[in-house]
Amino acid sequence: MSRPESRGTGSTFLGMPARPPRVPYGDGNLRGEEAFPRAAAGELRNEQLRRNLGRATGTIRGKRLAVTGELPDWEELRDAGAALKTDALNRLPELLEELERKVTERGGTVHWARDGAEANAIVTRLVKAAGSDEVIKVKSMATQEIGLNEHLEDAGITPWETDLAELIVQLGHDRPSHILVPAIHRNRDEIREIFLKEIPGVDPSLDSVPAHLAAAARAYLREKFMTTRVAVSGANFGIAETGTLGVVESEGNGRMCLTLPETLITVMGIEKVLPRHQDLEVFLQLLPRSSTGERMNPYTSLWTGVTEGDGPQDFHLVLLDNGRTAALADAVGRQALNCIRCSACLNVCPVYERVGGHAYGSTYPGPIGAVLTPQLAGMHAADDDPNSSLPYASTLCGACYDACPVKIDIPSLLVELRHQKTEESGRSAERLAMRAAAAVMGRPRLWTAAQRTARLGRALAGRDGTIGRLPAPFSGWSDTRDTPAPPKHTFRDWFASDEGAAALRDAAREGERRRAERRTSGDDQEDQ
Amino acid sequence: MRIGLFATCLGDTLFPDAVRATALLLARLGHEVVFPPEQTCCGQMHVNTGYQREPVPLVRNFADTFGDASVDAVVMPSGSCAGSVRHQHEIVAERYGDPALRTAVAGVKAKTYELSELLVDVLGVTDVGAYFPHRVTYHPTCHSLRMLRVGDKPLRLLRAVEGIDLVELEQADSCCGFGGTFALKNADTSAAMLRDKMRHVTATGADVCTAGDSSCLMHIGGGLSRIGAGTRTLHLAQVLAATRTAPYALTEAVR
Ligand code: SF4
Repeated sequence: MSRPESRGTGSTFLGMPARPPRVPYGDGNLRGEEAFPRAAAGELRNEQLRRNLGRATGTIRGKRLAVTGELPDWEELRDAGAALKTDALNRLPELLEELERKVTERGGTVHWARDGAEANAIVTRLVKAAGSDEVIKVKSMATQEIGLNEHLEDAGITPWETDLAELIVQLGHDRPSHILVPAIHRNRDEIREIFLKEIPGVDPSLDSVPAHLAAAARAYLREKFMTTRVAVSGANFGIAETGTLGVVESEGNGRMCLTLPETLITVMGIEKVLPRHQDLEVFLQLLPRSSTGERMNPYTSLWTGVTEGDGPQDFHLVLLDNGRTAALADAVGRQALNCIRCSACLNVCPVYERVGGHAYGSTYPGPIGAVLTPQLAGMHAADDDPNSSLPYASTLCGACYDACPVKIDIPSLLVELRHQKTEESGRSAERLAMRAAAAVMGRPRLWTAAQRTARLGRALAGRDGTIGRLPAPFSGWSDTRDTPAPPKHTFRDWFASDEGAAALRDAAREGERRRAERRTSGDDQEDQ
Repeated sequence: MRIGLFATCLGDTLFPDAVRATALLLARLGHEVVFPPEQTCCGQMHVNTGYQREPVPLVRNFADTFGDASVDAVVMPSGSCAGSVRHQHEIVAERYGDPALRTAVAGVKAKTYELSELLVDVLGVTDVGAYFPHRVTYHPTCHSLRMLRVGDKPLRLLRAVEGIDLVELEQADSCCGFGGTFALKNADTSAAMLRDKMRHVTATGADVCTAGDSSCLMHIGGGLSRIGAGTRTLHLAQVLAATRTAPYALTEAVR
């Protein structure tokens, strides 16, 4: 069993410095099959998807703005959230050990998993030990990340997703595409089709009214809740001080899973630990307002160890590293571990809004996925690792930073990861071009000469002064945009010319004249 | 005031009219405009594409050129280049520079402004005496909006323009999809974002879409030109530089 190494100030490395391990290649759901630009191009062809996404993210954006705007101390809350998370990560080893102690004291069992494979093996062993061949599941990103469902199925155990959206994805033999709303890419007609096809004994006259669809799912799930003896959950928070785990949700299905079965197994990423119970006062405000745009989420379940005669009598907590200590070791990138998975950054991201979650190839899509995935899983596990394209899946517009309840500076992290990627990939055509550009631009005289050469580009222009098609790597640009031909004279030419000097003098004189006019007209409104 | 003008590499080479307008506007307001010819590029493209070693000479060149105590302020008609000077030069100097460079970078950063910031915050003017009798819509570029937090300064400047018919742009604060090399590396996604931006721009019925960044305008304008839309793009400086005595003729070339 691994323990996160101490990386706080004052820890000393003995021997060769080494980075903690990233997620091994080929394991779990932290790596797609193709690079982002290609995957995105495929998704962009799906008009229905873009409409579904545009509508859903637009609605939730509006709701979030309304409920965050109404709090006078929203900015202070964000600061508090960021500070609490940063503090927790700074003393992660100590807090995790405290959590372990408290959970154990209260009759739970703690397991440490270095990576997804270990976590999957632990959960499988526990389910089998409980004598069950099925589990009900609370929606959980951690188990998505490690591919627990697939692993359980391989071991002959059937996982039943109980979150409505997660169920839609599971029944549709599909992949989730959003942290909070995994089936955001589906509309109600598509959902009706899936239910008709996949839910045994469903009323064939089922229509696509949301309440009717929910009722069909409810009837189906109720039966699972009553008969399944083992549940698997994730956790939004783990409180070190008390050994308490917490899940927040909207539907109540989670609470059914957390209370009805005999055995409860919780898989929690190690970054979810919070020092004190009181810290919840901050996060229970930040999370629902940022994620669903609600003032409070409908269900908040907290449980501590086992309580005789009430709820599951056997409780296990699996603490999952899976690349998290590797991220923690990164002075800049570790900020990404502050993430509370609210999905606000996805909903405001103009890139996510167009391409959806599947293009990112990871359990974590959108802006936070673009930084978290490469950090957990690395960017160079294979030649042409698709993850190395993720930090570039952003225009750096900064909307995610403004939306993030714990103020993760995602644009800066993206820029940092891009740097790490180019540093690792060594010499490339792009690097040579960048170096050449810098060499020219670093020397004023060479730059002026280059500007002259650029003017040769005028030859490419048509009569309207614009350039149509350009060769690679600019062809993607010129497919949809005209480019202006470089004008005959640069600004510096003009500024150094007599014409420029005269124009500037005229402008100065004109301004002087106007100011004098104003003074005499008694208009004393100074304009400078 | 003695104001150092940084043309930006794109402005100097491809969009000199926008830089010229900046210079003329400042001269009209009674300031001395200095253009140090040693200037080249801020290095933003390098850093944003993932290269932080390569732009060290650019960062140094910028600090050497404008660190000079004889200029009271440095201005550039580009929110993203101002953002680069204010936020990225430090990162580059911290990682690959020497202590002297770090000091120089911190010094020049403190007096660097994007155009609307200089006008409103430093020079204290919102009515620059401009005359622009056309229907205009304003696109706030992402870096001005979120990196520099220029807020409504450009709009306040525009509202004070005589004769202007300023119309609101729907979903104004959503990115146009340019993002420097993003438009090359993720051309399809960028084009999808551009399509939505163009839809909103043309829906305003404006003659002119203005913004504080030539790069975003090159993107939006390049798209509008390709679809043959009636709206043209013009840098904020060009709108503000137009006067009754020297009006801007819409028939002039867009650039
Ligand atoms: S990065 Fe911030 S906004 Fe995005 S999911 Fe995490 S906490 Fe939410």
